[in-house]
Amino acid sequence: MGNYSTNEFRSGLKVMLDGDPCSILDNEFVKPGKGQAFNRVKLRNLKTGRVLEKTFKSGESLEGADVLDMDMQYLYEDGDFWYFMEPDTFEQHQATETAVGDAKLWLKEQDTCMVTLYNGSPLSVTPPIHVELEIAETDPGLRGDTAQGGSKPARLVTGATVKVPLFLDQGDVIKVDTRTAEYQGRAKD
Amino acid sequence: MLQMRADLLAFLRTYFAEQSVMEVDPPLLATTSVTDINIESISAQAMGQSCFLQTSPEFFMKRLLASGAGDIYCLGKVFREAEQGSRHNPEFTLLEWYRLDWDEFQLISEVENLVIGAYQSIQNIQIPVSRINYGDCFEQILGIDPHRAKLSALQSLAEEKGYPQWGSETRANCLDLLFTELVEPHLSKGLVTVYDYPACQAALAQTYEDAKGRLVSRRFESFLNGIELANGYFELTDAEQQLQRFQQDIEQRQQTNRPAMSIDAKLDQAMQQGLPSCSGVALGVDRLLMQLSDAQSINEVLAFPWDRC
Repeated sequence: MGNYSTNEFRSGLKVMLDGDPCSILDNEFVKPGKGQAFNRVKLRNLKTGRVLEKTFKSGESLEGADVLDMDMQYLYEDGDFWYFMEPDTFEQHQATETAVGDAKLWLKEQDTCMVTLYNGSPLSVTPPIHVELEIAETDPGLRGDTAQGGSKPARLVTGATVKVPLFLDQGDVIKVDTRTAEYQGRAKD
Repeated sequence: MLQMRADLLAFLRTYFAEQSVMEVDPPLLATTSVTDINIESISAQAMGQSCFLQTSPEFFMKRLLASGAGDIYCLGKVFREAEQGSRHNPEFTLLEWYRLDWDEFQLISEVENLVIGAYQSIQNIQIPVSRINYGDCFEQILGIDPHRAKLSALQSLAEEKGYPQWGSETRANCLDLLFTELVEPHLSKGLVTVYDYPACQAALAQTYEDAKGRLVSRRFESFLNGIELANGYFELTDAEQQLQRFQQDIEQRQQTNRPAMSIDAKLDQAMQQGLPSCSGVALGVDRLLMQLSDAQSINEVLAFPWDRC
């Protein structure tokens, strides 16, 4: 990995900061008329997800981070690790629970997820925006009560809990937006 | 936006015509340029010589002043290398003017009147203006006297505030960082002029001992809604001192591996003949236009920002 100077800092560039891989969100050039130039940089720590602001002297540089986003198929989990496969090479990667994080609530076998690799190992997993999952448990459905607009909690097979309309039952498959954990509708089959 | 720019340029020219300040249009291309440590000139080739696009009309205007031109202003383009961002473009429009026998406070009044006038003429609104002493606002916010504090105290303060790379910086650089990052955000809305800058940031301003016995420079900066707009001096007229400051710049350039610049001998000659007592100021016209139009980026007020040139 090469080094990147402040004038090469662009949104999306992955760099190393204090030993952690970070993604640059914003880079503002600041220069008092008669003073030294510097850059106010906003970065997201890819390990913790935390956003931080840091000021660099113009011309300072950071080492590039070996970070790569790749679409992979989710295979299965064995209690310790979650397994993903590169669709082209069939190469498999095992992700720790930390790396999978909240994504585990939405992972359905064979769905395609975005896996962020850092030095070749999964650093984080982003589930598909929309997933279709089966309801594992919910209060019995109230048929015909579709117009009321009431809702009830439903636990999905992956463990996530989503608010769903009253008429849905255990075994129904629903579509969910993983960014907001909101019910989108019944899956069409 | 084109119309607003045209209106602003017309307003500025009318203002100076009414004040009997003469417009001059000095060269943009010259064989020498500034030695200032933090301003880089753009090089060019002309007539078989290497030369520079001017970063401000200051040196030519001072040569005119020394030859008896009287009150003059210049409204035109200047160039600065490696300056690009939401408030910077490598080529920009600068208004610079000089008033004979005025001190910096008389000139500050004129900057205030000019900016108030521009707002009235273009937006028909009144903006508040105020003045504040550099040392006072620095000390109020950071609890340390910027003129008397030891360099090591300024360096530790920078480190403490989250800027470890400034732990071994020069006095001027530490002050600039602390002021820009921590004091500027607290400046009031409207036009705020900060005066009595630290002596180490005098550039080409005179220095004097203030009421508290501290050596300060007769330099001011005006900020419009927190954005640096203008920089002015009660001008240094002592050719000897000016030469010394240029020499210091050149040495500092060498120590920090910056491009070498030579002293403008023709300016020096003019200074030795005698620069009349005067105050001068340079004002960023694009920045004023940004504020007048509520633009977030300088690109919004330029018909052709650098990325599209």
